[in-house]
Amino acid sequence: MVRTNVKMEMRAVNFYYGNTQALFDVSIAIPEKRVTALIGPSGCGKSTFLRMFNRMNDIIDGTNHTGEVMIDGESIYQNNNSSAELRKKVGMVFQKSNPFPKSIFENVAYGPKIHGIKERTQLQEIVENSLKAAALWEEVKDRLNKNATNLSGGQQQRLCIARALAVEPDILLMDEPASALDPKSTTRIENLISELQKNYTIVIVTHNMQQAARVSNYTAFFYEGHLVEFDKTNKIFTTPIKQQTEDYITGRFG
Amino acid sequence: MRNKKVTEYFLISLIRLVTYIVVAIVGYIIIDIFIKGLPTLSWEFISGFPRRSGAEGGILPAIVGTICLVTGAISVALPLGMTSAIYLTEYAKQGRFKEIIGLAISTLAGVPSIVFGLFGLGLFVLFFGFGASILSGSLTLAFMILPTIIVSSEEALRAVPVTLREGSLALGASKWQTIARNVLPYALPGMFTGSILGIGRAAGETAPILLTVAAFYLPKLPRSIFDQVMALPYHLYVLATQHPEAEKVLPMQYGTALVLLLLVILFNLSAIILRNRFRKKIQW
Ligand SMILES: Nc1ncnc2c1ncn2[C@@H]1O[C@H](COP(=O)(O)OP(=O)(O)OP(=O)(O)O)[C@@H](O)[C@H]1O
Ligand SMILES: [Mg+2]
Repeated sequence: MVRTNVKMEMRAVNFYYGNTQALFDVSIAIPEKRVTALIGPSGCGKSTFLRMFNRMNDIIDGTNHTGEVMIDGESIYQNNNSSAELRKKVGMVFQKSNPFPKSIFENVAYGPKIHGIKERTQLQEIVENSLKAAALWEEVKDRLNKNATNLSGGQQQRLCIARALAVEPDILLMDEPASALDPKSTTRIENLISELQKNYTIVIVTHNMQQAARVSNYTAFFYEGHLVEFDKTNKIFTTPIKQQTEDYITGRFG
Repeated sequence: MRNKKVTEYFLISLIRLVTYIVVAIVGYIIIDIFIKGLPTLSWEFISGFPRRSGAEGGILPAIVGTICLVTGAISVALPLGMTSAIYLTEYAKQGRFKEIIGLAISTLAGVPSIVFGLFGLGLFVLFFGFGASILSGSLTLAFMILPTIIVSSEEALRAVPVTLREGSLALGASKWQTIARNVLPYALPGMFTGSILGIGRAAGETAPILLTVAAFYLPKLPRSIFDQVMALPYHLYVLATQHPEAEKVLPMQYGTALVLLLLVILFNLSAIILRNRFRKKIQW
């Protein structure tokens, strides 16, 4: 196993929505500048796990957790006011693309503006670079002032990726970013992920085994809130250690 | 089978009939007021001052009075209502406290308007010493339409998808930044629409202004918010029931009613146009 730096880490994390526990004693160390795929049947806690890392679970009433969540070796739940700072570093792309009902330009410029960038030329530069990085620039460069909600599904999702990149995060959390897309758009997103991997640590939830195998270096298999197995992707898909993992990837359940 | 169809046909016809009756009643009222009020309507009637306790002349002071009251009410109720709605939908945690507030608001919505009038008399006119004035009347009306504004503002805020809030928060925006930049702009048209409907109601109510501002007969324009004014609904009431020559001033009554009706229709129409324009612009 090639040694890589650990970027994100969980130690003995339990998570609760009110009285229902969604994560059970999860410990994991996710390597830097690699793509890690999260797989597992619906309701097993993949989204919950993902949202621990940018504290998005905090915004839901009545949630709480035990254990430690760390990024770059620092516990992210210690300071109560730092969630905005944290989320600047940890970008997120949602399952259902959620472009803001603003212009394409304003969508991408939203984050930088929030973080205090006002100068027009600087914003233009950021918007262009982010759209290029998300492989959307060529398609929209002539209509940056058009409403983003008029884009196609695949374009919207790439716009959301561009929007996340615009605040220059280290980490990109993607919750089934291609699940609502046609095969062609899916391929584009997958290629994009491989491209982005050079500069970002990416964690991606997917229901599509082939997709996990194609895009990821590491794979984590979740089942009923437990992290069952976490290893290199080719290991998980060829010689998994746990029977549950094998059953799942060979399609015997879930 | 046959029987079922007949019953269904019968029921649908009944529902349709009831609907037609409602429309007919509204239509009758409007047409009646138009026919009887239109002859009175003239530039002199709208821009002139009343003479002989309203038997002759115009109703300008009442129009101005009503516009003052409505403007005053809305400039108090809108900020208050919008702020409360933002607090209730975005900040207040689900629970007892929020339930009690919700209950209070719906109770407030059900309070008869004469009770608001008494409340205004007690609090603004007497306790705060504002006297019978535009200020007291506006505040009273403001509290009367507050529930409408809160409820419609809450609805408008809740109509903004959670995904937009999440998207903004995920980019590192604070909660307030998220609300200000990615929730409020989309909710504002809805908030204004509800508010304009509230205005319509404020313009037409007599009871709350009866005890707090309305002058029986005051043929001049107000100079400050501490002045009394005439108001359209109250003027109408006076002409219809208190005037010594109630029969003779019938055309004046209908003229006043028509102006009031037109004013309210104007408000509601602008609400609908505003809403439709923004609906087209915002889509998710
Ligand atoms: N807001 C919530 N309130 C209460 N329970 C929740 C909430 N969100 C998720 N859960 C529960 O937590 C568990 C894990 O949910 P989670 O969304 O993390 O699963 P998932 O693996 O992402 O599923 P899917 O593949 O369907 O997206 C589920 O049992 C779910 O019902
Ligand atoms: Mg999920």
